[in-house]
Order: sequence, then structure tokens, then C-alpha cells
Amino acid sequence: MSIGPAQTQVVSSGALSSVGGSLSIRDLSKTYEPDGASVEALKGCSLEVEAGAFVAIVGPSGCGKSTLLNMIAGFDTVSSGEIYMDGRLLAAPHLSPRPGPDRVVVFQNGALFPWKTVLQNVSYGPMRQKVLSRRQALKKAVDLLRQCGLAAVTGSYPAQLSSGMQRRVEIVRALMNDPKVLLLDEPFRAMDTVSKTTMHQHLLDMYRMSRKTVVFITHDLEEAIYLADRVIVMTTRPATIKLVITVKLQRPRHPKMLFCQEYLDLKREAADSVHEEARKAFERGEREQA
Amino acid sequence: MRTRRFWMMWVGYIGAAALWYASVKWIPLASFRRLPDPLTVASEWLSPNPIFGISVFTHPYYLHILYSTYRAAAAFLLAVLLGVPLGICMGWSKSFHQYASALLGLLRPVPPLAWVPLAILIFSGAESAVIFVTFLVAFFATTLNTLTGVKSIDQDYFRAAACLGASRKDLLFDVVIPGALPNIFTGLQIAMGAAWFSLAAGEMIAAQYGLGFLIMESYNLIQFPTIVIAMATLGIIGFLSSALIRVLGARLMRWREHSLGLPA
Repeated sequence: MSIGPAQTQVVSSGALSSVGGSLSIRDLSKTYEPDGASVEALKGCSLEVEAGAFVAIVGPSGCGKSTLLNMIAGFDTVSSGEIYMDGRLLAAPHLSPRPGPDRVVVFQNGALFPWKTVLQNVSYGPMRQKVLSRRQALKKAVDLLRQCGLAAVTGSYPAQLSSGMQRRVEIVRALMNDPKVLLLDEPFRAMDTVSKTTMHQHLLDMYRMSRKTVVFITHDLEEAIYLADRVIVMTTRPATIKLVITVKLQRPRHPKMLFCQEYLDLKREAADSVHEEARKAFERGEREQA
Repeated sequence: MRTRRFWMMWVGYIGAAALWYASVKWIPLASFRRLPDPLTVASEWLSPNPIFGISVFTHPYYLHILYSTYRAAAAFLLAVLLGVPLGICMGWSKSFHQYASALLGLLRPVPPLAWVPLAILIFSGAESAVIFVTFLVAFFATTLNTLTGVKSIDQDYFRAAACLGASRKDLLFDVVIPGALPNIFTGLQIAMGAAWFSLAAGEMIAAQYGLGFLIMESYNLIQFPTIVIAMATLGIIGFLSSALIRVLGARLMRWREHSLGLPA
């Protein structure tokens, strides 16, 4: 299960590790078989994520990053290998996949229910799981929205909000469930640079507040280094782990760090391999997979 | 702007009426000569003592409207009650879809009026037969649009709901129904329109009352202005019933009105 020297670096979350949220991905592979022809999406990936760590997974578009996330989330079956969460078997070839509120996904294109208001969206999880009464859920939702600076939009429908605001609400909706792991699937993909920077600060604030384990999928290396404790660089399809970079930038992170020597060194170290994979993917004419 | 649109609409109406008047009165075409002109129709329609017995002041006029409305409403409600659940089930379950779509695929191409004789035999009476024929077209439109609606719901909403702990029943009420609602209402609009044209045709063939019957009977009795009165009435009622569905849909889907990005 060794995946390079960088892996021995443990990113500890200290006191909160008792809450759980560690992931152990062991020799995971995924093969799709559309129309008989088998396509390998993911091949022999092993990864340990400590409870409370922020891990970013970087790779060219369509490489199989989302496949990995879908298997952790329980949306997709596993072809071989296992995923454990806090030592409990979560996914294996003989298990049928099951999503749950302990691993909530924030989607690439956003999946707030358009027919529910912000408040109804955010309070949805605890109410459906019946862990809170309607009244308690609404109160918790209002509190959490207020903490995240979203008090003004509780009564709005998602279509009334900017895409950045929608994403923030969606992250709050995920946090409402007290998940062990937060799975973010390229949530800021379609945003311009300025909104992205703002969103990074919001996400980092929410991360600092909640200290959940975060698995963040992106194809943007700079974003990955800036946000994460550890950056996993994936190869093009079939996706394997090419490189693991440990980011020792201190928290809280600040946009000024984007110009510090340490950040630039990490970026230089990773850029070559990321670009190499991106070029390979491009030359193969790989289609973007939504 | 609103007033301008309002006046343009009236210019359109008056223009159409003028064209009608001109084609009847001035254009030397034999086939047009026997048609009633708009003034004749209007004065008959609004006359307390209509020459042919049908105007806004007569009892039979409302009896015909009542019959047609009752049939259309009954057929439409039946279509909604059966079509929406069927469409949802077909979108929900793959195997159910396969059974049902075979049957629908066979039945849908049969023109509704072709059912009239069989319907009269099955329901032993013209009344239910006309309702059945009307129901049939509305039912297909409702079912197929509901099915399209369920199919077009983004998979991510199902995944998000599953992540948040929704049960299968929750998915139905929290994702499937609201997600399909825009298409369901499109289907209802189409169904309502289709119901009226099928109803008018059905009434012409097999009924004792109703606006379709009135049209056919007036034709047989050479009461031409009454034909136009019944036609115009059908148009007005059809328009109103569609408007009713539109208003109801807008009320139920307030979340869609905000898609223009207006601030809260």
C-alpha cells in the first residue's frame, strides 16, 4: 500500500480524530463495460486519508477522479479493492453501493433542489434522516446559515442566487448532516477567478469551523495546493496515483500565500507531472466527462 | 409597453373580423356567399330574441356549454388521475416502463374518433362514449409528458437526496414529483387542448347536447350563425381552461419564476 515517500507524512487533525472520518482506499480499481468493450477508469489506487485532513485529487479532465469520488460516495460499484471508513468496510466488489449522510457530496454542477428554498434545502438532511425534529432542523439550519454569512438568503430559491452563493449553500447543506467526510466534486469549476478566490476563503472558513475530512476533486493544481494538506496527482486514464505532495503551508491559509516561496516551490514540483498527464490526455483526444 | 401590446392585440382582432367581413360580403366567391358575416353573428349572439334560438340570453345555450364543460372536465380529471401516476410509474420503474410502453405504443396511434363505435358498444351509451374518447387523447398527452418529465430529472438530484438520507418514498415526493412538474404541466396544457378538439368531434357524432352537437345540428338545420356562435364559444372556453392550468402551474412552480436572477 505504499504510494511514495510523501505518503508517510501524516496530517493529523489532533483532538478531533475521535470523531472519525478516516478513509482507507486499498488497491481500488474500476472497469466500465459499455457495449461490451471494457474501459479501465481507475487502476490500483491506494490512499490513506486521516480523519479531519483536507485532501485534493488533481488530474486531467476525464481521468477518473470523479469515478473515485463516486465509489467513496456510494454511487458506483467497485470492480476490485476496498474502501474502509474508520476501519469499517464501506465498499467492495461484493457490496452493493449505498450513499449515506456520513459522506455527503457537493456536486460539480450543483444539486440544490430548485423547488425548495435555501432553508428547506439546508434542513432537508436531518429531517429526512429523522435525527432532528422539523423545528430543531430549521433552527439548526438558520444558525448554520447565519454563521456562514448566508442569513439573508434563507427564504430564497436557488435560482435567485449567484452560482457562488448556491455552492456555499450546498456546502452548508452537506455540513448540516455532520458528515464524517465531505466530498467535493470540482465545485468551483465553472467560476471565474475572482469568485473562485472568494469561494476558497469561504470553503476554508467552513473547513476550519467544522474540521471534517475533505476530499476535493479538481483539475486546478493551484487551487489544490492552496486548499489542501495533501495533493494527490492522478495519471490520465486508467487513473493511477502518480504523485503525492504534502503541503505544509500553515493554516489559516490566506491569498497572500499564493506568492510565498513554499507555495511556488510546491507548484513547480507538481506542475511538470500534472502537465505531462494533461498533455497525454489531450493527445489521446479524451472527451470531457461530466 | 403593456398598453401598446393591448392595442396591438385589438388591432389583430379587428383586422381578422374585417377580413372575415370582406371575404363574405365583397369577395365574389360563391362558396363564401352563404357564410354569415361577423355582424350577423354578433347580433344573433347578443340578441334577446335570436332568430335560431341560441344566444347569450337563452337557456339552451348554457345547457350546451354545461354539457360540453362537464364532459371535458370529467375526461380531463380522469386523464390526470390515471395519466400522471402511470407516467411516474413508467419513469420510476424500468420493467414497468417496458410493459406499459408496449401497450401505449399500440394504442396511441389509433385516432381517438376511431374508438367511437367500440366505445358506444363498451359503455352502452353515447354519454360515456364521448367522455371516453375525450379522455383517451388527454390521457396519452398527460402520461407521455409526465414520463418525459421524470426521465429528464438530473441524476444528481437523486444522488444528492440519497446522500442526505432520503428513502425511496422521499425520493418520489421530494425529487420525482417536483422535478417532473414543469413537464407534467406542459402535458396538462396539451391534454386540455386535445380534449376539447376530441370532445367537439365526439359530440358531432354521438351526443344529444353540447357545443359540438350544436354545430352539427345547426349545420343540418341551415342555421349558419349558430354554427359560428358555437365555434367561438368553444374557442373562448378552450382558452379559459388552458389559462386556468397555466395559472395553477405558475402557482405551484413559484421557484421557476425566479430563474431570471432577481434578488430576493
